[in-house]
Amino acid sequence: MENVLEIIMIPAVLAIIKIMVIILLFAMPLGTFLTLMERKWSAMIQDRVGPNRANIGNFTGHGIMHIAADGLKSIFKEDTMPKGADGFLYLIAPFFGLIAAIATFAVIPIAGPIGNFTFQVTDIEPGLLFIFAITSLSVYGAVLAGTSSNSKFALLGGTRASAQMISYEVFMGLALMGVFMVYGTTRVSGIVDGQNEYWFGSLIPMWGVFTQPLGFLLFFTALVAETKRAPFDAPEGESEIVAGYFLEYSGMRWSAFMLAEYVSLVGVASLITTLFFGGYHIPWLHLWENAPQWLVTILQIIKFSVFTLFFCWFQIQLRWTVPKFRFDQTMALGWKKLLPLSLINMFVTAFVILAFA
Amino acid sequence: MELKVKQVQRVDGAKEALYLPALFGGLRITVRHFWRNLFGAKDVVTISYPEEKRHVSERWRGRHRLTRLDNGFLSCVACYMCETICPSECIHIEAGEHPDLSVEKYPVVFDIDELRCVFCGLCVEACPKDAIRMDTGVISMAYTSRHTFDFTRDLLKDSYDPKSHSNTKYEDKDLPSPKDQTEALPNSLGVPAT
Repeated sequence: MENVLEIIMIPAVLAIIKIMVIILLFAMPLGTFLTLMERKWSAMIQDRVGPNRANIGNFTGHGIMHIAADGLKSIFKEDTMPKGADGFLYLIAPFFGLIAAIATFAVIPIAGPIGNFTFQVTDIEPGLLFIFAITSLSVYGAVLAGTSSNSKFALLGGTRASAQMISYEVFMGLALMGVFMVYGTTRVSGIVDGQNEYWFGSLIPMWGVFTQPLGFLLFFTALVAETKRAPFDAPEGESEIVAGYFLEYSGMRWSAFMLAEYVSLVGVASLITTLFFGGYHIPWLHLWENAPQWLVTILQIIKFSVFTLFFCWFQIQLRWTVPKFRFDQTMALGWKKLLPLSLINMFVTAFVILAFA
Repeated sequence: MELKVKQVQRVDGAKEALYLPALFGGLRITVRHFWRNLFGAKDVVTISYPEEKRHVSERWRGRHRLTRLDNGFLSCVACYMCETICPSECIHIEAGEHPDLSVEKYPVVFDIDELRCVFCGLCVEACPKDAIRMDTGVISMAYTSRHTFDFTRDLLKDSYDPKSHSNTKYEDKDLPSPKDQTEALPNSLGVPAT
């Protein structure tokens, strides 16, 4: 028993276990679940029933079997490659987006540390800069898929995706500058702990959404644009360029694109929770002085999950509410409105901190 | 002639440029629908077809049936009115003499090819004896082979459940092939009540 504990406590082994737990028990199941929920919830919004036919025996579970049906279908479907496609790039492109989406979870803590043990794969000093680096990697998935498919629609989609993601990355970073300044660190655990403090005694928690409301709006918009979902889904643009950059894909590779979209949806939701809604910290819990540690940890995981699920739902709700931006509108909004706003937000934050702190 | 030009008022200004009021206005509507349908699907208008069926008016022209008299005999006197008026020529009647003297003439063969039928209802209007009706309420007939759409006399006379007004679903196995049935008919004389 002690030997097993010793092996587990080797940092590398521990990191691998955490990766498996967070990804296999949190990110991927939630992402897969959302592929069904997107259809189910959109049906509710539009007064429909949604998928409810897949079954084993008589069990349909309100459509939950569709997850299994979709998975089986995409595994057995033919994996086609268009004539003249760039073979190697075409084959690896879908997994860029997926890897980038999954890697986001490396720095997100899902509960407070117990002693030396943290509920976070790694708490590196650059923290959020790592996330910026990773999200910009996901551009490659779209661009490589677009260029290697040997299809003009896919190429157009890839071009749009690269232009959009690169422009929105600019102020995604700038919007977070305010958060860095307020909490004085780029380390994710530092930002989360900074949000555990209170204004006016213990009245209002210093959540990012209260200290940086404009920053929250800008960052959320940028992240939605990064995931290429409505209203920023011009790269996919069903009505004009068929399906955009992953037009030529089929079978499991197409599913990898879809899964990447939903995992990055979960990633966005957990990032928003972590940076702007106190992460795992439950407000006013410090008033309960002798709370048992295990209960606090469980409550923290629940709080984090609930907020993450809420923002997943919110993004889906957003997608089925707003119409798509035309591509030039996407660009105009990004460069002409949101970029100046994020600069103003940065300067105002800096001024306030200088003047009052 | 002067062309009339309608000037559409464009809404400009800070509120439109901000985009957020419109966004939240839209979200209010979608969230309301989502919330109402989350518990119990209150606004859902979908009819889950094979399990639920849409209400059909009594005047709906569904599949035909042959009515009977009170004593159980078919009302049809094989007068060929329906066959004559049928625009798609889908009715085929062969008249015969009935052994029971109270029935002077009856259809030995009464076939309707439902694939040719256009469901115009003229046969019902033409019938002097009210012997053919289209009130079975059967909306859709979906079978896997062509010959099952040839409805013979015995199928037509038995295909009505006036109480439930429901769609009696005919499986393929319930439908004897028309060839067997027409051969069987002259001997069976099976018009009297079941």
